Amino acid sequence: MPKRTDIEHVLVIGSGPIVIGQAAEFDYSGTQACRVLREEGLRVSLVNSNPATIMTDPEFADATYIEPVTPDFLEQVIAREAEAGRPVDSLLATLGGQTALNAAVALDERGVLRKYGVELIGANIDAIQRGEDRQKFKDIVRAIGGEVPRSRVCHSMAEVHDTVAEVGLPVVIRPSFTMGGLGSGMAHTQEDLERMASFGLEESPVTEVLIEESVLGWKEYELELMRDNHDNVVVVCSIENFDAMGVHTGDSITVAPSMTLTDREYQQMRDVGIQVIREVGVDTGGCNIQFAFHPETGRMVVIEMNPRVSRSSALASKATGFPIAKIAAKLAIGYTLDEITNDITGETPASFEPTLDYVVVKVPRFAFEKFPGADPTLTTTMKSVGEAMALGRTFTEALGKALRSMETKAIGFWTQPDPEGATVESCLDALRTPSDGRVYTVERALRLGASVAQVSEASGIDPWFVDQILSLVELRAEIADAAVLDEALLRKAKRYGLSDRQIAALRSELAGEDGVRALRHRLGVRPVYKTVDTCAAEFAAKTPYHYSAYELDPAAESEIAPQREKEKVLILGSGPNRIGQGIEFDYSCVHAALALREAGYETVMVNCNPETVSTDYDTSDRLYFEPLTFEDVLEVVHAERESGTVAGVIVQLGGQTPLGLAQRLADAGVPIVGTPPEAIHLAEHRGSFGAALDAAGLPAPKYGTATSFEGAKRIADEIGYPVLVRPSYVLGGRGMEIVYDEAHLEGYIERATEVTPEHPVLVDRFLDDAIEIDVDALYDGEQLYLGGVMEHIEEAGVHSGDSSCALPPITLGATDLETVRRSTEAIAKGVGVRGLLNVQYALKDDVLYVLEANPRASRTAPFVSKATGVPLAKACALVMLGATIEELRTSGVLPPRGDGGTLPPDSPVSVKEAVLPFHRFRTPEGHGVDSLLGPEMKSTGEVMGVDESFGKAFAKSQAGAYGPLPTSGTVFVSVANRDKRSLIFPVKRLADLGFEVLATAGTAEVLRRNGIACSVVRKYNEGASDGSGTDAERNIVEVILDGGVDMVINTPYGNSGPRIDGYEIRTAAVSRDIPCITTIQGAAAAVHGIEAAIRGDIGVRSLQELQAALRAGQAAS
Amino acid sequence: MTASVGIPAALVLEDGRVFRGTGYGAQGRALGEAVFCTGMTGYQETLTDPSYHRQIVVQTAPQIGNTGWNDEDDESSRIWVAGYVVRDPARVPSNWRSKRALDVELANQGVVGIAGVDTRTLTRHLREQGAMRAGVFSGDGLASVDAMVADVLESPPMSGADLAGEVTTAEPYVVPAQGETRFRVAALDLGIKANTPRMMSQRGMEVHVLPATSSIDDVLAVQPDGVFLSNGPGDPATTTHATELTKAVLARKLPLFGICFGNQILGRALGMGTYKLRYGHRGINIPVIDVATRKVAITAQNHGFALDGEPGTEFDTPYGKAVVSHYCPNDGCVEGVRALDVPAFSVQYHPEAAAGPHDAAPLFDDFATLMEKTK
Repeated sequence: MPKRTDIEHVLVIGSGPIVIGQAAEFDYSGTQACRVLREEGLRVSLVNSNPATIMTDPEFADATYIEPVTPDFLEQVIAREAEAGRPVDSLLATLGGQTALNAAVALDERGVLRKYGVELIGANIDAIQRGEDRQKFKDIVRAIGGEVPRSRVCHSMAEVHDTVAEVGLPVVIRPSFTMGGLGSGMAHTQEDLERMASFGLEESPVTEVLIEESVLGWKEYELELMRDNHDNVVVVCSIENFDAMGVHTGDSITVAPSMTLTDREYQQMRDVGIQVIREVGVDTGGCNIQFAFHPETGRMVVIEMNPRVSRSSALASKATGFPIAKIAAKLAIGYTLDEITNDITGETPASFEPTLDYVVVKVPRFAFEKFPGADPTLTTTMKSVGEAMALGRTFTEALGKALRSMETKAIGFWTQPDPEGATVESCLDALRTPSDGRVYTVERALRLGASVAQVSEASGIDPWFVDQILSLVELRAEIADAAVLDEALLRKAKRYGLSDRQIAALRSELAGEDGVRALRHRLGVRPVYKTVDTCAAEFAAKTPYHYSAYELDPAAESEIAPQREKEKVLILGSGPNRIGQGIEFDYSCVHAALALREAGYETVMVNCNPETVSTDYDTSDRLYFEPLTFEDVLEVVHAERESGTVAGVIVQLGGQTPLGLAQRLADAGVPIVGTPPEAIHLAEHRGSFGAALDAAGLPAPKYGTATSFEGAKRIADEIGYPVLVRPSYVLGGRGMEIVYDEAHLEGYIERATEVTPEHPVLVDRFLDDAIEIDVDALYDGEQLYLGGVMEHIEEAGVHSGDSSCALPPITLGATDLETVRRSTEAIAKGVGVRGLLNVQYALKDDVLYVLEANPRASRTAPFVSKATGVPLAKACALVMLGATIEELRTSGVLPPRGDGGTLPPDSPVSVKEAVLPFHRFRTPEGHGVDSLLGPEMKSTGEVMGVDESFGKAFAKSQAGAYGPLPTSGTVFVSVANRDKRSLIFPVKRLADLGFEVLATAGTAEVLRRNGIACSVVRKYNEGASDGSGTDAERNIVEVILDGGVDMVINTPYGNSGPRIDGYEIRTAAVSRDIPCITTIQGAAAAVHGIEAAIRGDIGVRSLQELQAALRAGQAAS
Repeated sequence: MTASVGIPAALVLEDGRVFRGTGYGAQGRALGEAVFCTGMTGYQETLTDPSYHRQIVVQTAPQIGNTGWNDEDDESSRIWVAGYVVRDPARVPSNWRSKRALDVELANQGVVGIAGVDTRTLTRHLREQGAMRAGVFSGDGLASVDAMVADVLESPPMSGADLAGEVTTAEPYVVPAQGETRFRVAALDLGIKANTPRMMSQRGMEVHVLPATSSIDDVLAVQPDGVFLSNGPGDPATTTHATELTKAVLARKLPLFGICFGNQILGRALGMGTYKLRYGHRGINIPVIDVATRKVAITAQNHGFALDGEPGTEFDTPYGKAVVSHYCPNDGCVEGVRALDVPAFSVQYHPEAAAGPHDAAPLFDDFATLMEKTK
């Protein structure tokens, strides 16, 4: 059935900011969808608030609305397009995660779709309901003869109690319509049940939780299916979880294809899966269904389905080479599977099921270190912030590659010392509770002598997987005990997936990783590169999507095709998403690939993150799905040099991961283009950077470097408290703290156990009350292009990644901007930058202090590019390969004149707001974690709000990140003494706008003295209420939890008050999902936003319009 | 024979290419046609599928043996493959139905295998050069490359091989219908798999499985409502007997259903030619399009030969008109034939699956319908 002719204009909904459970995979799927729809000649409008996405680049849609993904804004977009005579006729919401699906359901419920005649394509409302409504779904599974765990849907605690009385503990709790399994978990005890069920009822937008029989410890599987409108169904991929049921699949190590099912069981799963997708009625597109098998009886139950493209779909796409999102988009507009060509073979149709001749392993990346106090136990609520995928010819090879892709301290087995005193018993005991790094414990237990059966029993991990790890333990002994490491043994070690570094750890005579590599190269032991081709080599592959493997067979072939016509540029990606290193870097890498391909280079991408656009097989000319370690990158460089000429390797765009490889790659003779490694080192090394600043006459906060508490104390005494302390060489402010006195300094040094002469602690003067400024600039060696100047809304001290900021800067004058420009140019020149540079400044008392400079694409590069309409990362890639800014101005990549520092006065204002994951974490006791911001980055993503004034833009940024700011109701205020004076004006304004003000005694007194009416509420540390239930009796935490507050303004007390009070208040706000503002500057901005929202004149405008206006303004000025 | 795990082994192709690995299963020497199978599950069914008789099967899935060997999934009484080539065998099996390890079963049944081969390189070679004669040599079986190549070249090629007689049942047997007996089927065993009569019996068919050499009188003696032609190994051009038998069935307008080899026989009986594919279709992910409905089925396939013809073409036969009813969109290969004036149809793929998807299972219902109509 060919393309439908009644579809002309499709509205695509994106997934908004990156949050836990919903990450870059929806940029990947949305980008594919937009591309496909436009290729088909359809008009595409897009709504997504996340500026760091490729899909929101203006060239991917006809109208790109960087607006909050909420029903209100979506309706405005639909209305606006209709008014302009380009009515939207179809809505595609199945590629934007749960956010988009929920938004589509809301639009339907509000009658918006009917009013404007918009058809939901992909999955209709009924199908969405059937897939997502747990009871309806269970009924469907039973109707087709499948089994489900016994369960009941409950809407109250009373119903919960009845159900548990029937099925018995433990039970699984799953709230309806929450994403990434938020609020899900296993209740083992009555207390667990009370707490988790009530939280789940609260989190569910429909006050509904499912209580179900435990299938804890069962084998867990997923199928990715696709269906077309001719009722053809294919299974794209099967995925087996290494971790048994009980751990969210996003937090499990997962393996494709399934490893431990016979064909009979696999086909049983496939049959049920196909019947489910038909009965649920996903007409066109993809879905994902989870299954569990009892390990001893083989009883199979269906767990759940997602009637949309999911994180697993992204994984399945990258694992198989079958582009699910792209094909889902084609199916949505009417094509059938057999009418779509498989890009990879170029000949066969998409109506087939991919078959793999390799093994894929995905390992989740956690960030518990960022949230002290958070419970690191893995449950059915997803907690990981990212993932890496690896391909190998065996499970062990893929696992080894995935583990060394994680960017954690341990980079595969034996690369970190064992915890002291580990015994078989302690390991087995630890295995009973799933946690991050569990696979390391499995290995340790086996090495200490535990049997496969014991490990399997304790962990629930299938014996086959455990035995695979045992094979590594045996190999370890073989390597360690061998008289010499000969070629055969070395080849065997590599075939099992060991890195040079792991081998070095076992053979002390080999002078470390470099020694192993030298020996390996001398013996000619190198990887071959195989191809992901969807068909296990049955047909020739047209797309060069490669992975490395070691083979024992001397006949083994590498499949890298020679290419000598064009020079090659290798782009190193950013690895797994984690806090501090997210999708923004992938954005820049993709831009480099696009720009350099256009400039005539052959582009070669190296990355290991399956969620990204960069690892799409058609983003670059060649794709290597490989870990970003020195060893793996060096082998790729070698393979590419064998096949042609490598002009250079780009390390500047993928964040800290590739940047950290720069020097070693250069030392190994690999040409690094752009800013040279020496310059990178100079900028990152405080001593030499300080000297460079001195030479340029630029002030920086006083600082010192210490390797002991005494040293740090001396420095702090000299420069004065407060001081900012942090380890050197970090991204995302890891371990960074503001310290107000000596006692805290001592505590910090004690906790920072890894302080050594090689890893000193930096002690900086902290500039209280300064304005922080972030700058992204481009430098070609002669000229500077100031990409954008961002003014942080929070004061200095909050990590720039967590701070909201405005562009153009809202309070800086022309003189300030001139100083910023001069300083940035001096730094770029002094450091020797060729490409992008990010500088952070603090402006205090009219002095511009340089805080730090990063000679690489920054987290804000995509935001700046969108706000100013200039593709900075593309320009950067071209500069790195030798283009000048002058040339780029002529060729149109950069504007002919002016730059981000000379935006016309009527430019729209863009606000970036960070999105924080606090509500996803709980302490082991079940409390929330503190939502306080500080110098260590904690956000997972960001949104952009853009409008003609700061207030409107800020309101949009809040709506996009957290939900709309309240326009009426009660605001609770409690701030530190130093903030009380600055608070008066904004709170007065709120009172004038009709808000009721609640305050703690101290704050209330100040407010009343200034003529602001307010009620006093008891502090949390004044104890819980006596149960009388009156407001006067309840403490603030109780009032918030009861829903009596619509917004919280609470700044930390620092040293002047009991921190715990603030902690409980903020935690309560987070659990109620109400705005919680922790800085005074944020409060002022919120007031602007609320005023704009009350005026009700916040409209929507596409990025294309905004940028056209910007260009017109620049041309005129 | 003795087990061979860890000893040196070689796979030698008739064009002289050699792949080295270690022994797997029994040690010794095995000769046959090297073919690759792309299924990721179902090695037990594959190994016991008589259609793989005299073939050395290369498994493209790299991890083999993970689920061991059970007592339920055999498709016949023994392993038929001549030799087995894998990359990475499991050390221990894990599945609740597993009774023993795959390598133990291979050794017990004397099947010579090789592990550690770069099966992808081998598959690419077979894809480009075509399926060819080969030998697996391990332990005492190993010799100089020249000697091994000479051995391989002495072995008979698949083209022209008449193998049905080697795999068929010696004596007729009956698989009773489950529930009420609605039909009686005479099934010619050219290499039938256990799941085929099972699926027919589930649909109320009493299946009389007959030796490949059965005459039309033997068939008629069963008083069948329909005749079934099974899958099987070898070159369809050699099967004069089965083809003639089929012609006799067609002449009597008895309902007839054929699969795989049976499809080629029906085709030949209708006057179509057969040819050897370069490397065949062996997998469980292969799309087939039904010309009439345009619907796609994902099918299990195992064939090295195919019928001549173009999808959708109607042609004249001694038994009236017939049509090429199904094809594979990967390469346009004929996947099904239907006679329009006599009640006969066949498909090149495996509706009984095992291993493989069940999309084509309704074809057995179609057979029942056909018998119903002509009853």
